[in-house]
Amino acid sequence: MKMINAIIRPERLDFVKKALEDQGFYALTITEVRGRGEQKGISLQFRGGKMLVDMLPKIKIEMVVEDKDVDRVLETLCAAARTDKIGDGKIFVLPVERSVRVRTGEEIT
Amino acid sequence: MVLDSGATAWILAATALVFIMTPGVGFFYGGMVRRKNFISMVALSFIAFALVSVQWVICGYSLSFGPDIGGFIGNLSYVLLNNVGMDAGDLIYPPILFVMWQLVFATVSLAILTSACAERVKLSSFIVLGLLWTTLVYDPLAHWAWGGGWAMTLGSLDFAGGTVVHISSGFGALALALVIGKRVGFGKYAMEPHNIPMTLLGATMLWFGWFGFNSGSALTADGLAANAFLVTNTAAAIGALAWLGASWIHGKPSSLGMASGAIAGLVAITPAAGFVDTKASLVIGAVAGVLCYVCMLFRIRKNLDESLDAWAIHGMGGLWGALATGIFATAAVNKYTGLLYGNVDQFIHNAMGAFAAVAYAFVVTYIIAVVVDKTMGLRVSEEEEYVGLDISQHGERISN
Repeated sequence: MKMINAIIRPERLDFVKKALEDQGFYALTITEVRGRGEQKGISLQFRGGKMLVDMLPKIKIEMVVEDKDVDRVLETLCAAARTDKIGDGKIFVLPVERSVRVRTGEEIT
Repeated sequence: MVLDSGATAWILAATALVFIMTPGVGFFYGGMVRRKNFISMVALSFIAFALVSVQWVICGYSLSFGPDIGGFIGNLSYVLLNNVGMDAGDLIYPPILFVMWQLVFATVSLAILTSACAERVKLSSFIVLGLLWTTLVYDPLAHWAWGGGWAMTLGSLDFAGGTVVHISSGFGALALALVIGKRVGFGKYAMEPHNIPMTLLGATMLWFGWFGFNSGSALTADGLAANAFLVTNTAAAIGALAWLGASWIHGKPSSLGMASGAIAGLVAITPAAGFVDTKASLVIGAVAGVLCYVCMLFRIRKNLDESLDAWAIHGMGGLWGALATGIFATAAVNKYTGLLYGNVDQFIHNAMGAFAAVAYAFVVTYIIAVVVDKTMGLRVSEEEEYVGLDISQHGERISN
């Protein structure tokens, strides 16, 4: 099993959720996060002075999938989250050592 | 007549009460949009207030209340408030106070209209659209009903603005929504209200301000003003309960529905407040709560993105209120009687005034919206819409 950790644009979340659902991937956890990367930031202005906001709001999606599904999930994620502009985000794939269902205490394989 | 200091004091205070309704609309709407558009939604109401305030003293007051031209519009004798003074003259309050009093009605109307373009309007286009709308839609309608226009001559009753404020902005919103089009993703993705207590707070400001709106429309501090105060509160209260009950049958009794029901009751009692008694206000408010709820369901079923229901609540509530005034008006309150007391003519006159306002507001708003859309573009780009109007239009955001 692998954990997929995707950082995407908040405004693409609905599309990503829908696309994953269409592919049969329903389970996921999201977190509203802030961070920076190559996009560097946007400038805002409050009253007078301009200010550069370099920590931009993003959405982090976490999902655990079977090894055979990883490629399909990555393709789906990329296609749905892409706007072709800097700031579209990153996806990381991590190994999962063990996982346990809380309700029953059983090990999930 | 001589200036009546009691009446003048009350109109001064009532004007300030009505002022709070314009930002109130902003907070009422602001709670219902997504967080990325919250600043924009509140700002649109502020902009509406500032914009119409300036337009009103330059030409709006003159077009609405200047000497009549053909029953349709006022002339330009009061441009920049020429010939409008501080001496009461024939009135019991200073004419210049009447200018300010009517100003706050004009501003709230434009604020209500912003429902139709929530979360997608380009700010520069809204400013142009707003100026055209208040000049070409609001001012003539105010003249028809109150400024000596044909509806007033005919005897169509509108105590505090059922046709002028609510039908104009409600049916205007319907037309504007059709021209500007749906928000991206409307009907496909959930567009959850981001802050319901904010909407409840906005509704509180509206309810509070409405006491001035209706009771101040007596233009004096007497029994009629007191009656308007009481029927206004009664209709709001039963409207809130009616919508709450109706939504309970369909699922859970939503607080957002309750607030909407209160507004529906307030809208419907607006034209009637100076003509009906408390018994009638119970019926008017209750019918408004259910009717506006049904209209909202109809709007959603038709997949129409008149986003914050100005049409369902203000348009249809205002239409019902105008007709109800022609039904329930009683000589016990004011000198007019309605259908219920055998006066068919009053009902017909009110229906004519109301349906003419519906048609005029819808058609003219539609034309204005198309013109602005073809020349400047009403909407922001799709990308700006995704990011939200707070950042794309104002360069500001709510930090988290």
